[in-house]
Amino acid sequence: MTGYILKRLAIALPTIFIIITASFFLTRLAPGGPFDAEIDLDPYVKANLEQIYGLDKPIPVQYINYLKGLAKGEFGPSTTYPDRSVGELIADGLPVTLKLGLTAIALAAGLGIIAGITAARNQNTLLDATVMGFASIGIALPNFVVAPTLTLVFGIYLKWLPVAGWGDGEFRNWVLPVIALALPQIAAIARIMRGAMLETLSADYIRTARAKGMPETRVIIRHALQAAFLPVMSYLGPAIAAVLTGSVIVEQLFSLPGVGRFFVQGAISRDYSLVLGVVILFATALILINLAVDIAYGWLDPRARVK
Amino acid sequence: MNAQIAPTISMSVWAQARRRFLANRAAVVGLILLTIITLLAIFIPLVWPHSLDEGSLANLGQAPSFADFHWFGTDANGRDLFVRVFYGARISLAIGLIATLIALTIGVIYGATAGYAGGTTDLIMMRIVDVLYALPLLFLIIVLVTILGNNIFLIFAAIGAVEWLTVARIVRGQTISIKNREYIEAARAIDLPTSRIIRRYIIPNAIGPVIVYATLLIPINIIVESSLSFLGLGVQEPLTSWGLLINQGASQLDSAPWVLAFPATLLAVTMLSFNYVGDGLRDALDPRQR
Repeated sequence: MTGYILKRLAIALPTIFIIITASFFLTRLAPGGPFDAEIDLDPYVKANLEQIYGLDKPIPVQYINYLKGLAKGEFGPSTTYPDRSVGELIADGLPVTLKLGLTAIALAAGLGIIAGITAARNQNTLLDATVMGFASIGIALPNFVVAPTLTLVFGIYLKWLPVAGWGDGEFRNWVLPVIALALPQIAAIARIMRGAMLETLSADYIRTARAKGMPETRVIIRHALQAAFLPVMSYLGPAIAAVLTGSVIVEQLFSLPGVGRFFVQGAISRDYSLVLGVVILFATALILINLAVDIAYGWLDPRARVK
Repeated sequence: MNAQIAPTISMSVWAQARRRFLANRAAVVGLILLTIITLLAIFIPLVWPHSLDEGSLANLGQAPSFADFHWFGTDANGRDLFVRVFYGARISLAIGLIATLIALTIGVIYGATAGYAGGTTDLIMMRIVDVLYALPLLFLIIVLVTILGNNIFLIFAAIGAVEWLTVARIVRGQTISIKNREYIEAARAIDLPTSRIIRRYIIPNAIGPVIVYATLLIPINIIVESSLSFLGLGVQEPLTSWGLLINQGASQLDSAPWVLAFPATLLAVTMLSFNYVGDGLRDALDPRQR
């Protein structure tokens, strides 16, 4: 097991480093910088600005400086928000994004697993067809269609919930964003869970458990769920990636002060440090999550360790 | 009895696949809907009495009606939504198709090379794919668009340049499974150059699952393009796409909900149709996977 964890770490850590390096050079090699906006700046002013932000130095020097900053947890200054550093912006936005994302993932896992088991237990009935029909619609509909539709129904026609804004982060402000983020993942997890459950339920040991007269609920919870949960767990990495991506859109749509919103602002105004900071943060988080999922998988299923 | 079985036996693989596909009702309906949407996207902008950017102050935010050919109503600038939705369809479908072609080209060449070469080359090439796989792709595309600027052709390229990973994995797997077959050995025995073996013998035999994946990649790419345009990082006015239209609809939900409803419905129908056609193709081409 230790060897397995070390092997996974040996893959994950260089990956993070490669991503930092690659995205740094990608943004620096780009034509046009943050100060090539609509207004033509006086060359002296521009040179001054570039000096302040360290953009006048050779790119390898900028790279070393950037790495030094990262080691201290600094992502450099933001050119879009001149009085704030990228680190501060991310620290501001992260609680919002985390709250949205974690709630959405928890909701998706909970409802998705229940829906998947229900469909599998009632295979080829009307209930199964209904659940899976909703699942294919849920997978096909992107966030930016689901979210405005929810707003239209619950915000504008029924007036139950606010249309946008975060307020002080009250429940009513983040219900709709969380549902919009979670729906496609509920659908995806329900599908995976149903498939895994059907496969497990036809296994010999389930037949044995039933044959010895074990109650059905106990068969499902004690025996089937453990094995059927593995595919759902390995989907968690992609699910979290999808929720992070979705949060960029949902934050924009509901005007929520999260990291994704800063990211889009940064991309529109070519704020290198801001875009770079968010990409590095999210990529690192995803790689570490995938690492954790891999390790958990190896722990739950010893067969995975051999490969 | 024999008379019934005989024609089935003599059917070619493709004829059998077609029959299985046509037996799948959802897939057939999907294919018909896609054909209709494509035809409307091609012809409506040519024949419709209103044009893409013809706005009028008299018609601001008009609700849908059959009068005056504003079937889907007008937007906040008084422009006819019906014609705009199908102009948007042109761009969204075109980006979906072209980005998919780019992704397929890169992925097929990359995957076939890695699989055929094997050994360290394969290991390094697939490690790169693993690294990229761990990233949220939309972020990568946004970085590329930030760098390249949001020219519509660069958006094709940026999406295609990012979405080839799965294709590469599929083709690599296929290549490994066929590279030790007798006909490849024969090609090697007569000393054909490797690039020719890959082009003439490996790729054509590995392409089946790629076609199925392509029908699933097109809707993914349409969504990516729409997300970009929705965020203001993709297609820009005066051009339009479904993402941009949905964005404009979302900003005037309370006053003119139809500006959201029509492009969103069309996008949803297109997504579902592609998914059902993809499922149908998979079942038709590879019945073992059912």
